Amino acid sequence: MSVKPTKQKPGEPPTTGHSWDGIEEFDNPMPRWWLWTFYVTIVWAIGYSILYPAWPLINGATNGLIGHSTRADVQRDIEAFTEANAAIRQQLVDTDLTAVAADPNLLQYATNAGAAVFRTNCVQCHGSGAAGNVGYPNLLDDDWLWGGDIEAIHTTVTHGIRNTTDDEARYSEMPRFGADGLLDGTQISQVVEYVLQISGQDHDAALSAEGATIFADNCAACHGEDGTGSRDVGAPNLTDAIWLYGGDRATVTETVTYARFGVMPNWNARLTEADIRSVAVYVHGLGGGE
Amino acid sequence: MWDYVKLVALGVIALCAAIAANYARDLAYMVNAVSVMLVAGGLFLWQGRRVGDEIRPKPALQTEYMDGVIRYGVVATAFWGVVGFLVAVVIAFQLAFPQLNFEWAHGYLNFGRLRPLHTSAVIFAFGGNALIATSFYVVQRTSAARLWGGNLGWFVFWGYNLFIVLVAQSYLLGATQSKEYAEPEWYLDLWLTIVWVCYLGVFLGTIIKRKEPHIYVANWFYLAFIVTVAMLHIFNNLSIPVSLFGSKSVQVFSGVQDAMVQWWYGHNAVGFFLTAGFLGMMYYFVPKQAERPVYSYKLSIVHFWALIFLYIWAGPHHLHYTALPTWTSTLGMVFSIMLWMPSWGGMINGLMTLSGAWDKLRTDPIIRMMVVSIGFYGMSTFEGPMMSIKAVNSLSHYTDWTIGHVHSGALGWNGMITFGALYFLTPKLWNKERLYSLSLVSWHFWLATIGIVLYASSMWVSGIMEGLMWREVDANGFLVNAFADTVAAKFPMNVVRGLGGVLYLTGALIMCYNLWKTVTTAPSRVVRATAVPAE
Repeated sequence: MSVKPTKQKPGEPPTTGHSWDGIEEFDNPMPRWWLWTFYVTIVWAIGYSILYPAWPLINGATNGLIGHSTRADVQRDIEAFTEANAAIRQQLVDTDLTAVAADPNLLQYATNAGAAVFRTNCVQCHGSGAAGNVGYPNLLDDDWLWGGDIEAIHTTVTHGIRNTTDDEARYSEMPRFGADGLLDGTQISQVVEYVLQISGQDHDAALSAEGATIFADNCAACHGEDGTGSRDVGAPNLTDAIWLYGGDRATVTETVTYARFGVMPNWNARLTEADIRSVAVYVHGLGGGE
Repeated sequence: MWDYVKLVALGVIALCAAIAANYARDLAYMVNAVSVMLVAGGLFLWQGRRVGDEIRPKPALQTEYMDGVIRYGVVATAFWGVVGFLVAVVIAFQLAFPQLNFEWAHGYLNFGRLRPLHTSAVIFAFGGNALIATSFYVVQRTSAARLWGGNLGWFVFWGYNLFIVLVAQSYLLGATQSKEYAEPEWYLDLWLTIVWVCYLGVFLGTIIKRKEPHIYVANWFYLAFIVTVAMLHIFNNLSIPVSLFGSKSVQVFSGVQDAMVQWWYGHNAVGFFLTAGFLGMMYYFVPKQAERPVYSYKLSIVHFWALIFLYIWAGPHHLHYTALPTWTSTLGMVFSIMLWMPSWGGMINGLMTLSGAWDKLRTDPIIRMMVVSIGFYGMSTFEGPMMSIKAVNSLSHYTDWTIGHVHSGALGWNGMITFGALYFLTPKLWNKERLYSLSLVSWHFWLATIGIVLYASSMWVSGIMEGLMWREVDANGFLVNAFADTVAAKFPMNVVRGLGGVLYLTGALIMCYNLWKTVTTAPSRVVRATAVPAE
């Protein structure tokens, strides 16, 4: 079997003598460079596994001769920055929020730190450019639900809105006028037309006229008699073109029928006071701060 | 008698599937059960009409190769390839233009549902069918024996493709184990296990009854692939179903152990499915097409055993800087580095086989395809060990660089060698003198190559940029970029990647046309496929 005729040509190495479906194999040696590179990687691997944690034992593993630890590396990095920033962070906590802007050094630090906190914790809802999303307010404009001065922003970030985890959270609740039967379908469409009217949109004048009374009886307590809203209860201004959930007829009808209940976490449970102050400074500085 | 046994079995399966569909707790399970019921019911009717039939096709000659199932395999490979590439192009553009995640199709055709469909379609449907078909072809030719097990080969083919269809349904309807490349739920895993054991039986049976004194190197690789994948599949899918009538199951391992088992599996899906299996393909089709002896027998032995031994330990490099203990991470990394040369052994043997036949590169686009394939194999098996180094990995991990790496391997190596094999097989299997058009092969070659280059280079740029942006901190230690900033910055690269995919898909469509015309219009060749030792 092994003496099959081969296709060996003059000057070519011998084959192994087998042939499978016409395929033969040369009896070439392994390339030297290949073999030596393979050996080098093996030697390197052994050396590396002696220097670094590698070999599993019964209780744990070898620690490596150079005492490498990724946890320690990270800890060291974090500590280095914590130490370097400790003084200015303390200064930030000690300084009155309204006075931060007066100290260029402190303002710059707080803005950078606040931006980092914002990118990590706030962008998920408010967007990476802070322009908000449906249900999540735009933080770039000067239309504020709960107040836009630095103290108010600081309070909102610290305690959050309508959460169940902080007793001091900002709280208010719009009634579900339709779902709970406080208003019937006709009344809702009337008050919706009225809201469209005061926000300067196309509306049905006849329905709207009826809606004015309904508004005064049911909505004005929070949104104000003129519909410009109230920051004490986080009631939005209904007379401008800025809408948290949308200002078209269908969306306003849905809002009146089922109400809205936007929630924001209380960040005092997750961030340090210095971080909260930083992010308040950052948001305040985005353009709409008062 | 045997006919009646089959009939009863099919009836019972159809009935059980109907019961399962009735009690199904979720949509994916129900649709799967209904599909099984229809398939088993259809086979029941077909079988029933054949019972007692006097006129039966003559039993095949044992001296003839069993090529029918391979012809089906070639068709399935080409078909699933196009499906996989098409879904790929769709999801590539979904990443660049999120609006393509249409609201009306949420829950079915959004990126999250389509992505596993793409990976499984290209790896398991396209790659798997290619491996099954070529392994059946190669093992018969190099053993000079007909496939063992009679119609078992057909069962493997249809069983595997049924698995793929059921899996595709379940992905789109949301049934998944959430394990990359191992998404199919428990009952699909069980079915695949049965099919896979039969595959092993057919392959090993044919090797055992071979008429050649030695086992050819391609068969070592195929066998390693089949055995190891069986082992990995079983261990990574150890889970307990929540209900017999629902798709959800709970993994036996938990936490970092589960992650480790998953990437032991995941890495060796690459190592044994996409490397060892396809090296088997390479070891047959390259010397055949070049009509040259394999470069070095010694090299093939040493690199085979080194590859098989080292690959299985490299999985932890997928979990650097996670909850995995550092020692495990270190071992994964050093084994990956040692894997570099054993991987390159295959590249050297493939490329050097062409020495003395390099002139064929000018005239034979199929050889050109195979050479580029081996080139990409060499490149990605260098890139892989490099990316497993912790310092590199801390930059590359979770970025598009990984995606680029996978695709230079998958599109370049697996795709191109498979196309080469399909171009080789089609004229042989349908008894044609030649392919319909070599210039169409050239078109395919260039479209695919340019497509890969666009894909890989855009992902390198995108991945490294992403990694650098993620780690950028300012003087006070604050991160400079938000995640969404990196998403926005990747947009142009995502578009280029999608265009690369379009070129690759176009090439595959041209191939399908060429193969179709080969089968239907190319002049025939009169040869009998007789199993004789090659003497």
